[in-house]
Amino acid sequence: MAEVSTLEETAAAAHEQLPGADVQLEPETEVLTINLGPHHPATHGVLRLVVQLEGERVLDLKPVIGYVHTGIEKNCEDKSYWKVIPYVERMDYVSYFFQMEAFCGAVERLVGLEIPERAKYLRVIHLELNRIHSHLVWLGTTALDLGAISMLWYCFRDRDKILDLFEMSTGQRMHTRYFQVGGVFEDIPAGWEEKLRRFIADMPNRVGQYQALLDRNEIFLSRTKGVGIVSRERMLELGVTGPLLRATGEPWDLRKAFDYLSYRDFDFKIPVGTVGDAYDRYRVRLAEMRESVRIMEQALDALPEGPYIADDRKYVLPPRSELPTSMEALIHHFKLVTEGYRVAPGEIYYSIEGPRGELGCFVVADGSAKPARVHYRDSSFVNLQSFRDMCVGGYLADLIVNLGMLDPILGGIDR
Amino acid sequence: MPDAAGLELIRAEINEKHDAAVIDTSHDRGQGALIADPGQVLDILRWLRDTPGQEYRFLSSLHAADYLPAEPRFGVHYELLCRDRVERIRVKALLADPAAAQLAEVGAAGGSSRKAQADGDAGTPPQKAQSSLGGAPAPLPTPSEQTLPEIDSCVDLFRTADFQEREAFDMFGILFRGHPDLRRILMPEDYVGWPQRRDFPMGGEPVLFTKDEPDSPSGWPK
Amino acid sequence: MEVVRRHKIRGLAPLEEPAAPEEFRARQMRAREMLRGDLEGEDLERYVEQSVMTTTLEKLFNVARANSMFPLTFGLACCAIEAPIAMVGSPRYDLARFGAEALRASPRQADFIILSGRVSIKMAPIVRRLYDQMLEPKWAVSMGACSSSGGMFSNYAVVQGADKFMPIDLHIPGCPPRPEAVLYGFTKLQRKIMGNPDAGWRSRYNAHGTEEWARGGPASEPTPEESEAYARAREIAGA
Repeated sequence: MAEVSTLEETAAAAHEQLPGADVQLEPETEVLTINLGPHHPATHGVLRLVVQLEGERVLDLKPVIGYVHTGIEKNCEDKSYWKVIPYVERMDYVSYFFQMEAFCGAVERLVGLEIPERAKYLRVIHLELNRIHSHLVWLGTTALDLGAISMLWYCFRDRDKILDLFEMSTGQRMHTRYFQVGGVFEDIPAGWEEKLRRFIADMPNRVGQYQALLDRNEIFLSRTKGVGIVSRERMLELGVTGPLLRATGEPWDLRKAFDYLSYRDFDFKIPVGTVGDAYDRYRVRLAEMRESVRIMEQALDALPEGPYIADDRKYVLPPRSELPTSMEALIHHFKLVTEGYRVAPGEIYYSIEGPRGELGCFVVADGSAKPARVHYRDSSFVNLQSFRDMCVGGYLADLIVNLGMLDPILGGIDR
Repeated sequence: MPDAAGLELIRAEINEKHDAAVIDTSHDRGQGALIADPGQVLDILRWLRDTPGQEYRFLSSLHAADYLPAEPRFGVHYELLCRDRVERIRVKALLADPAAAQLAEVGAAGGSSRKAQADGDAGTPPQKAQSSLGGAPAPLPTPSEQTLPEIDSCVDLFRTADFQEREAFDMFGILFRGHPDLRRILMPEDYVGWPQRRDFPMGGEPVLFTKDEPDSPSGWPK
Repeated sequence: MEVVRRHKIRGLAPLEEPAAPEEFRARQMRAREMLRGDLEGEDLERYVEQSVMTTTLEKLFNVARANSMFPLTFGLACCAIEAPIAMVGSPRYDLARFGAEALRASPRQADFIILSGRVSIKMAPIVRRLYDQMLEPKWAVSMGACSSSGGMFSNYAVVQGADKFMPIDLHIPGCPPRPEAVLYGFTKLQRKIMGNPDAGWRSRYNAHGTEEWARGGPASEPTPEESEAYARAREIAGA
């Protein structure tokens, strides 16, 4: 028959029996395994975390993913190259232009197609707008998780402005199918440039407002400073890229390293952190928003005239105005829409700097009109491996902060 | 990327150290690849990572591809990056499918028995594993009997390969020897089958047109 | 008591009829007279009838339910960014004006669930469990093409329509649907609730509701056939 005694009673009994002994009391702790998600307000999508806690401290952490696995990569093997573009957009559903660029860029290199300068500039503008959009969604939802609920309204107000711009130029708010192999689908309409300039003029003020709310906010600082530090070497070992890596002080950005599209024509800086904690990650992303605005401004000022899509009729649809008059154009259109173009066998890996890091697209062509394999090296998928390092040893509340600052997008992780 | 000549130099250097580790090189559309012998792929990766002058210390991506009907069937690709010189190189290991030999045996034996079955029982449901490539359906060995292609895991060299090897295992059934925790990552834990193999059916439902709707199980009466 | 409705109650008015200008003018005059205290007798009675909703308790409950729905915070994929986040969180497509801004994280406290995004086979049992944990009355809205019918993903990993495993009250097409489309669907759902919440699958399938058995109450004990079936199912599952 066991008698439950308090710690003090046990200590007193021990002192009695062993008079000279040094008795130290340690409360018994129990390791608790809890399950966070996949339905949870803070998990940024359907991420499931199996967390081992000792009190409030995280001992171990296992992410379980796959709850939004859509089989996009397998589906792409069944569609012609043109039709793959709407599929791959929907992987990382906040940065859809980046996925389009990764795929279209890969196919253009497979095929050996040069895109005109205007198309490059337009792509850069849309990519940077999408980067700002992604960071706004991140900021709104992360601040919401931390309790700064008003940030959600402000960020989404500006996000709506960006979506208006997308709708004006591409016709859809999200998943626009705007980038095509060879350039962009359509030229920007009249009035878009003015609207974008107004946005560019206004955006730095907005970022300033967000910073005024959060940068020196005592609660925000105490929740994010010194939280989730992972060393630079460890991040590189884990293959982490993007703002997470730059927050540790490593100035690695694929826009500067492999200049693709027309990034070499623009003057922009890469924001880099010092410590690599959650606060640095936040600051790096806000600074990136400012830099994106600068890039867009330069791109808009220097936007060249010319065609917005390549001329090669074997891969690019002819303009509709030619269809009633030119037989050749009609034949090309028919061939491209029904079967699509065939790509000579080969494989390629092309990667760009997405909002979360290196977004790579691997395409295997087997000579037919459908790709044999489309695989995305998604940045969130690889970045998720660093999550355990960030959280182990910290509190459960810090786990939420780290999850927000990790910026996972489950669509990209699960594909 | 190292150009074609550079690739040949690398190949020569590696083959000095590890005999016949690099089977071939390929330089296509501006990207260089080393075709590696699957048994020695770790040696090649270690050489590329550690040799001064090469120092490809960042593994950008580890992914697999199914080249059916070409043999060998599976390819495991390692995309390496040297950040100092801003250069990429790819290492490709081609694995044959050990289950193919099994299938050939089983197919020969099972074909005759299946014919008998079809004669006797007209209402047999269609055999599973209808190959999406067409051709006669083959009865697959059950997963416990199926042998999987194997390759060494490079998690000790590049920690980032952890999740990526699990994904290759989940989607293609490639076994990575030495991986600390090789289990399914994207599909449910008890899923049977390797979805992204080329002979795995796409799944889904055919589109139901209005004219076919009365015949469908949920159909409205005419 | 009869239901007398004001002509332009929001969400209830037939959308096709424009207000005739004479009618508007007449109402203006009546309102002015009312304010001055000039309406008397029959005119006054008619005015009061037209401005005040008199209704049965049941209909009152339906109106209350429809106008103060608590959505469940639940988002799967792309549609989740458009709504609920863009709708509830954006000042432009404000869901709060419909009374539905109080997102509940716990399914026990939520009224309706918006299935926003593709339902993968790994997630389907979890969605079903969430839906079962919600208490009656509850509604399910399938937003977007993927949850309505599998969308563009006709493959091994996506359930071809959430209809396959749970009852859905409203489908909203689009990929992703514009927030206005979701709001239109939402107002349709509101009208359905205000009109007759039982219309649809419950009466069609003679269903008794899908909440887990609660202690006490008339629905708390399964019928003998049902308990037999449950026991058999437990055996098969090897619980």
